[in-house]
Amino acid sequence: MFYRENGQFKASYVEDQRIFKVQQDRVAIIAIVAIAALLVPMLASDYLLRALLIPFLILSLAAIGLNILVGYCGQISLGTGAFMAVGAYAAWNLGVRVPETPLLLQILAGGACATAIGVLFGIPSLRLRGLYLAVSTLAAQFFLDWAFLRIPALTNYSTSGSVSVGSLSFFGLPVESAAQKYLFCLGFVVVFAVIAKNLVRSGTGRQWMAIRDMDIAAGVIGIRPAYAKLTAFAVSSFIVGVAGALWGFVHLGAWEPLAFGLDRSFQLLFMIIIGGLGSIAGSFFGAAFIVLLPIVLTNVPELFGLPLSVDTAAHLEHVVFGALIVIFLIAEPHGLARLWSIGREKLRLWPFPY
Amino acid sequence: MNDMTQTLETPVAGRERIGGVILDLQNISLRFGGVKALTDISFDVREHEIRSIIGPNGAGKSSMLNVINGVYHPQEGRILFRGALREKMEPQVAAAQGIARTFQNIALFKGMTVLDNIMTGRNLKMKCNLFQHALFWGAAQKEEIAHRIKVEEVIDFLEIQSIRNTPVGRLPYGLQKRVELGRALAAEPELLLLDEPMAGMNVEEKQDMCRFILDVNDEYGTTIVLIEHDMGVVMDISDRVVVLDYGKKIGDGAPDEVKNNPDVIAAYLGTSH
Ligand SMILES: Nc1ncnc2c1ncn2[C@@H]1O[C@H](COP(=O)(O)OP(=O)(O)O)[C@@H](O)[C@H]1O
Ligand SMILES: [Mg+2]
Repeated sequence: MFYRENGQFKASYVEDQRIFKVQQDRVAIIAIVAIAALLVPMLASDYLLRALLIPFLILSLAAIGLNILVGYCGQISLGTGAFMAVGAYAAWNLGVRVPETPLLLQILAGGACATAIGVLFGIPSLRLRGLYLAVSTLAAQFFLDWAFLRIPALTNYSTSGSVSVGSLSFFGLPVESAAQKYLFCLGFVVVFAVIAKNLVRSGTGRQWMAIRDMDIAAGVIGIRPAYAKLTAFAVSSFIVGVAGALWGFVHLGAWEPLAFGLDRSFQLLFMIIIGGLGSIAGSFFGAAFIVLLPIVLTNVPELFGLPLSVDTAAHLEHVVFGALIVIFLIAEPHGLARLWSIGREKLRLWPFPY
Repeated sequence: MNDMTQTLETPVAGRERIGGVILDLQNISLRFGGVKALTDISFDVREHEIRSIIGPNGAGKSSMLNVINGVYHPQEGRILFRGALREKMEPQVAAAQGIARTFQNIALFKGMTVLDNIMTGRNLKMKCNLFQHALFWGAAQKEEIAHRIKVEEVIDFLEIQSIRNTPVGRLPYGLQKRVELGRALAAEPELLLLDEPMAGMNVEEKQDMCRFILDVNDEYGTTIVLIEHDMGVVMDISDRVVVLDYGKKIGDGAPDEVKNNPDVIAAYLGTSH
C-alpha cells in the first residue's frame, strides 16, 4: 500500500497550503489530467467522446459552478438551467452580431452575461433564505425560459428560439472532430476547476462557507453577507454560463430553450447532492454518476437477459435518482465525495490507524 | 497607557494597568415588542480592564453584548466608543472598529476545520480580492501565509495544535468554546466580548479558560467584557462587575462591593443560583 501521509512532513506553510496536500493526491491528479489530455483522445471512440465524455466534462463544469453557490455558500438555486441558457444565447448572439468574435471570447462573454443575470437574480438572497430563495430562483428559471422563447430579439428572430452554430475554431485550430471538441472542453474544465479550488481554499471561500454555516457569526467577525452572497452568485453564474455556452456550441451545435429547462436545473442539483455538496471533486463524481446511470440502467438488465425498453429505463432512472437523493440527504449529505474521502482517510493512516 | 491613568477621575484601586473609558453606554433601553430586555442601563468599560456582567438567566446580559457589537439596536440611549458617538450600525462595522466576541451558544462554522474557523477571524485584515484569490499566486499566497503565521500563534497560545485540521463539528463542547475564543483572538481585537465562555465546562477546562482570558488581558492588553455565572471565577478575575436583573442595573463596582450589595444578594437568593 503506497497511499499514505505517514512520513510526509510539511516544513512550511507553503507546503501545507498546496492544493492537494498528500503527495500521492498530487501525483494522481496530474496523472488523471495527463491521461485525459493525451491518452483518452487517442483511445476513445467517437461515440464514447460525443455521447459520454463531452457531456460529462461540461456537466462537471456546470456542477462546479452550482456547487460554489449551493455547497460552499449555502444559497439554493433552481435556476441553473436558465443561467446556462443565458451563457449559450449570449455567446451565440455575440457570434451572430459580431461575426469576427473569436470563439473563446464568445464563450467568456456568455459567462459574463450569465454573471450579470445571476447577480441580479441573486439579490433576493440578501433577504430570503431556504424555500423562499428557491422559489425566487425558480421564478428566474421560468422568466428566462419564457424570454428566450417569446422575445425574438434575444434569439435574432429565429422561430421559437431554436438556433445553431456553424463550424468552430479556436485561434485557427478547428474544433470539429470529437477529439478536438473533447480537448477544448477539457481545457475549460481544468482551468475552471483550478480557479474554483483556489477560491474555496482562500479568503473568498472562507467567507462563503462562513455565511453558509452561521451568517450571524459571520457578520460579527466582519464578513459582509451581501458581498459574500453576491460574489458566490457571480462566480457560480459565470462558470455555469460558460458551461451553458459549451453545452450549446460544442455539445449540441443546435438548440432551443428546452435544452436548458427546469429539468436541467434539477439534474445539476441532483448531481451535486449525490456527488457531494461543498466539494469540487464531488462535482465530477456527481456528473459521472448522472451520465453513466442511464447507460448502466439500459445495459445491465440486458446482460441478465432482461432487456428494458427505453421508456422503462428512463422511468427507472427517476426512481433511482429519487431514492439516492433521499438516501444521501439523510445518511451522507456530503455525497460520494465524502465516501471517497473516508476511504482515503483509512488508507492515509494505514497501517497505523491511530 | 500611563499618562491616561493620570487623567482618570477615579482611578480604580491598585490597578495602574487600567486606562481611560473605551466604551461608554448611556441610558440604553432595548425592547422586543412588549418585552423589555434592557431598561435604562448605563455603565462604562475602561481600557485594559476585565469587566464582568452578571445576573440571573433572562436578565439581559447577552442582549447587552448584542447591543455593544451592533447585532441589536437599542431604541433609546447613546453608545460612545473611543469617545465617538456611535450611530446605528451593522456588526461588520463594530468588527472593523476592533470589537470581537464569542457567543453563549457556540457559533462556529460547523463545516469548516479549526484552522479555517480561526482564519476567518483574520478576514478583516486580509486585503487581496477575489481575482487574486482565483489565481492564488504572488500577493494572495503571501498574504495567506502571513496570516497563517498569526493564526498559528493563536493555535499555540490556546494549545490546540493537535486539532488544527479537525472539522469543528466533531470537537467536544469545551474545545469548541476554545476554538471560538481563537477565532475572536485572531482578529486582534481591542475589545473582546465573551458570553459565558465557561458554561458547561468541567473544573479543569474552566481553569484553562480562565488562564487564557487572564493571559490575553495581560499580554495583549485586550479589554474584556465577560458574562459568567460562576461567581468564584467572576470575583477572582474581574476588575469591576455590573449586575443586571430583569433588564435593570442593580449593582456596579468592584467585586467586593458588588458581593455585599443587598440588592444583588436579594436577586441571587431569589433565583436558583
Ligand atoms: N431576539 C430576541 N427576540 C425577542 N426577545 C429576545 C431576543 N433576544 C433576547 N430576548 C429577550 O430578552 C430578555 C433577555 O435575554 P438575554 O439577553 O438572552 O438574557 P441573558 O443573557 O441575561 O440570559 C429575555 O426575556 C429574552 O427572551
Ligand atoms: Mg445569555
